[in-house]
Amino acid sequence: MHFGLSEEQDMIVNTVRAFVENEIYPHEAMVERTGQVPLELGLEIKQKVIDLGFYACNFPEEVGGAGLSHLDFTLVERELGRGSMALTHFFGRPQNILMACEGEQKEKYLLPAVRGEKMDALAMTEPDAGSDVRGMKCQAQRDGGDWVINGSKHFISGAEHADFFIVFVATGVDDTPKGPKKRITCFLVDRGTPGFEVREGYTSVSHRGYKNYILYFDNCRLPDAQVLGEVDGGFAVMNEWLYATRLTVAAFCVGRARRCFDHALSYAAERKQFGQQIAKFQGISFQIADMITEIDAADWLTLSGAWRLDQGMEANREIASAKLYASEMLARVTDATLQIHGGMGLMDDFPIERFWRDARVERIWDGTSEIQRHIISRDLFRPLGA
Amino acid sequence: MKVLVPVKRVIDYNVKVRVKADGTGVDLANVKMSMNPFDEIAVEEAIRLKEAGKADEIVVVSIGVKQAQETLRTALAMGADRAILVTAADDVHTDIEPLAVAKILAAVAKEENPGLIIAGKQAIDNDMNATGQMLAALLGWSQATFASEVAVDGDTATVTREVDGGLQTVKVKMPAVITADLRLNEPRYASLPNIMKAKKKPLDEKTAADYGVDVSPRLTVVKTSEPPVRQAGIKVGSVDELVSKLKEAGAL
Repeated sequence: MHFGLSEEQDMIVNTVRAFVENEIYPHEAMVERTGQVPLELGLEIKQKVIDLGFYACNFPEEVGGAGLSHLDFTLVERELGRGSMALTHFFGRPQNILMACEGEQKEKYLLPAVRGEKMDALAMTEPDAGSDVRGMKCQAQRDGGDWVINGSKHFISGAEHADFFIVFVATGVDDTPKGPKKRITCFLVDRGTPGFEVREGYTSVSHRGYKNYILYFDNCRLPDAQVLGEVDGGFAVMNEWLYATRLTVAAFCVGRARRCFDHALSYAAERKQFGQQIAKFQGISFQIADMITEIDAADWLTLSGAWRLDQGMEANREIASAKLYASEMLARVTDATLQIHGGMGLMDDFPIERFWRDARVERIWDGTSEIQRHIISRDLFRPLGA
Repeated sequence: MKVLVPVKRVIDYNVKVRVKADGTGVDLANVKMSMNPFDEIAVEEAIRLKEAGKADEIVVVSIGVKQAQETLRTALAMGADRAILVTAADDVHTDIEPLAVAKILAAVAKEENPGLIIAGKQAIDNDMNATGQMLAALLGWSQATFASEVAVDGDTATVTREVDGGLQTVKVKMPAVITADLRLNEPRYASLPNIMKAKKKPLDEKTAADYGVDVSPRLTVVKTSEPPVRQAGIKVGSVDELVSKLKEAGAL
């Protein structure tokens, strides 16, 4: 066993961390205050990332990406996790699912996304279909040779700057012994398609500036050429390509927790109460000890999940554990850091209150903690017939 | 023209330095190490000369422990072409003194025949600010230290130097030794393709003995201590109070 990073991995980590510290941190307070990223700033960040060869680094070399392994890419995500998500969005990691593009779709969506010419957004969630993805109501019906979509999607991140959307839609129902089961198809929808509208979403407590949007489909007509993967094959492409996105959440949580922890550590060492540094009180120092232990544990769990993917090993349960543990860990670490800062931790003069708010969504999106526990426990019990 | 850039592995500038309990130096065990920031500026300047067509090869050299290889890889990832690692110590706490470093660099320069050597003006660990000057003296080359601007034209370099109270511009005949100051440039990030290429670039491994240089220390560290802790300030309620406090402190 070898737990060290290679020289390349070390350099990737150092470069991304330096980039986040120099190009992202200085703009964070402004983004928090205004709730948005000025487009010029976003494009400037994007161009720098393109110049550095890091744009779409999660894509294989044959389509113009950097061909990073799952482990290398997880390290990139981990370091990006330190910075504001609204800003690091422009670091450009298009959805891997675009690798399912066929024929003309490659020229129209995949390659421009990898080159940074077009940005994508993924749309799955609906008001009545969160964890229960298959319960979606947004549907497409055959009309002549085309599809006509009706319904809506919400909580769509990245929609603000997206040129096209990867949308999951119900395209039929199968009768199964367990009852009716919807068939799902994945569509590529261009911004500006007649009958398709993008509207401002809700104001969220987490990740200000990384806005969510609502998509409306009102008799939106699409030809077969817009189907990504097979008709009724939505779950197949989802499982093949979106399988590892939980790892990016885990990696984000680890990176963010380390940044937060640095604040907790230095504040505890400097702040004096009752005539001594508060780090001298075990009530504080033991919290610090627990925090770093949990961060390290989440880090290794996450990296080992990525490593398993690179080895071609089963990783579903391990990735679920990493997502579950890292997001729950981040909640505890940000909360403890805020407690160590006392009242000042709640004020927006420090980034702590923001880390604390941001952390809340990590236990919800990309599969709630409960869904992850379900995946983990089913993986254990299914072979036992329970 | 070939440019030689010496780079040193030092404690990362973000790390809060801790003095060892026995006062013999600073604790380097499990501490993040990076390229000396002034050396990073020197590497960047060499790359810019190459991009401008004034240089055709950049050779980076590091002298110290084996781990300095990581520092060289970073320089290669930034854009240097080739690296030489001169192992001169086994223990990370052993600092090779400027004269020994300068002697080894002089030997490397004689082998490599660079048209220009660009070094950092000093390393942020010991702040000696001596190696570049000693190297120029040993080689009998011209030197221009504390450079904030470098313009190479034919066999001369025009260097703007940051001196106390202003700027001084000197013209030196090459080969020359130039040492980089903070404002010379802003070093680039290593690009991902260059990071991936760095491993394939040649890295020669040598030892101090290969150059016949005795690296045993001439200096003795008597004591290392923490800088004095800054006292907290006070708040004053009025301009009058401010003036009287300043008078008390002898500032007015």
